[in-house]
Amino acid sequence: MGPEVLGDLNFSVEPQSFQFLTGPSGAGKTTLMRLMLLSLKPTRGTIRVFGRDAATLRKNDMTTLRRRIGPVFQDFRLLDHLSTYENVALPLRAMGREEKDYRAEVVELLRWVGLGDRMDAPPPVLSGGEKQRAAIARALIVRPELLLADEPTGNVDPLLARRLLRLFVELHRLGTAVVIATHDLHLMDQFGFARRLTIGDGKLAVFDGLPS
Amino acid sequence: MNEPAVGPTAAREPETALKTNAPLIPGDSVAGRALVVVIAIMTFLACLTAGSALLVAGASKAWRSDVSRDAVIQVKPGPHDDVESLVAKAVAVAAKAPAVESAHAYSKAESEKLLEPWLGQGLDLSELPIPRLILLRLRTPGAEDLTALRKALASAVPQAALDDRRVWAARLGAMAQAIVILAAALFLLMIVAMGTAIGFATRGAMAGAREIVEVLHLVGASDAFIAGEFETHFRGLGLRGALIGGVAAAAFFGAASLLSLSWAHSPGGEEIAAMFGSFALPPSGYLALLVVCGAVTLLTGLLSRTIVMRHLQRLQ
Repeated sequence: MGPEVLGDLNFSVEPQSFQFLTGPSGAGKTTLMRLMLLSLKPTRGTIRVFGRDAATLRKNDMTTLRRRIGPVFQDFRLLDHLSTYENVALPLRAMGREEKDYRAEVVELLRWVGLGDRMDAPPPVLSGGEKQRAAIARALIVRPELLLADEPTGNVDPLLARRLLRLFVELHRLGTAVVIATHDLHLMDQFGFARRLTIGDGKLAVFDGLPS
Repeated sequence: MNEPAVGPTAAREPETALKTNAPLIPGDSVAGRALVVVIAIMTFLACLTAGSALLVAGASKAWRSDVSRDAVIQVKPGPHDDVESLVAKAVAVAAKAPAVESAHAYSKAESEKLLEPWLGQGLDLSELPIPRLILLRLRTPGAEDLTALRKALASAVPQAALDDRRVWAARLGAMAQAIVILAAALFLLMIVAMGTAIGFATRGAMAGAREIVEVLHLVGASDAFIAGEFETHFRGLGLRGALIGGVAAAAFFGAASLLSLSWAHSPGGEEIAAMFGSFALPPSGYLALLVVCGAVTLLTGLLSRTIVMRHLQRLQ
């Protein structure tokens, strides 16, 4: 077993909260996000997700919990053989919902993120920013209780980054807890009310945001 | 290029033109096409085996039915015997037996004609002690006890011997049964080989779709949903392969049936017809081929689902 990437972290993400997870590249931001998404198991310690101990979860329970989380991956993780519409609808399809029942919902969200005219396009023909927005739309389509976004503004220009952040803030106001991993200090400064979780040397420091 | 703004847009896409519900496992791949070919060949061979077994079983039933309704009295005259009177006496004894429906004695000319294929035409056979045959038609196929007739013949015409062909019919039946068992074993072997090929293909497809499986898990798909997607994918491949193999096998039996009609009167054709009947698969035989194709399709889907489920459970 190699050295520990993260150690002695103790924090909680409260419902309807908004926080940035920050730190230098390689500090373990993505690892921490994956732990919260239940796609990694910690070598020691306890992770509780929606009040359940992750170590004792059965696979079906993990699936149920993941449906309450909206992940946005740094590398988008869009399926190239599906259209943008199908990628965004994927979580609903995976839940077994009928296509006719969610079509209007998905179309509306795609229009809302500015991909109304790219619904049939497969990811390989989308620009970086379009992929980013498709990935975000996929995370939002299930109206998650917790949004985990790993560098969601890493591939877009500052203007679009700010717009996407406003989208997350809007989501937060509607009741979703939001965790955004980023090392863009300038962007974080624009949303001063947000709590900051800073990782460095495998440790975590928490800084409360300014009153909004 | 300017990025479109985030928020409601004026552009409206006709929603009915959307591509929806594309297969989550990409359909057309080299491995997929190779599996279709393997399944098609295996289904073809399995259908041939099943069809041939049905032909042999049907022909065997027909042989036994024919043979068991007949019995033969063979009269072997001595040097000083009057063969005609011996034959008449044997016919009279046979006609009295309750099991016998009718008795037809072959005349001298008919008996000599029976030997023509072996001895040739134009020979004077009058000096040879040619045995004479009396063909008996029995009332109930195979169920008669001919012991009484055998005893009556032995006392009235000692030169006559009764052959009820039961030993021969039993041998034919055993041989046909052995062929059917062999065909069933071959059929099972082919299914096992096909299952192995499907297993390899499924594992290969899973390895190729690892990224897809991971994304599906992370967006909240259950193992059963993912396995269902693989099952649909492989059932589609199985159906394609089974249809190709099944149609080819049906065409083979159709062509064989037509060919057997054209060679029916040749010496070789008669031998083949004796073994396989008319070589024409009955409608129930074609139905059996359809059942084989359906079974192959279902087997392909279920096997891949089982393999995927086991793999996903290990991932935990």
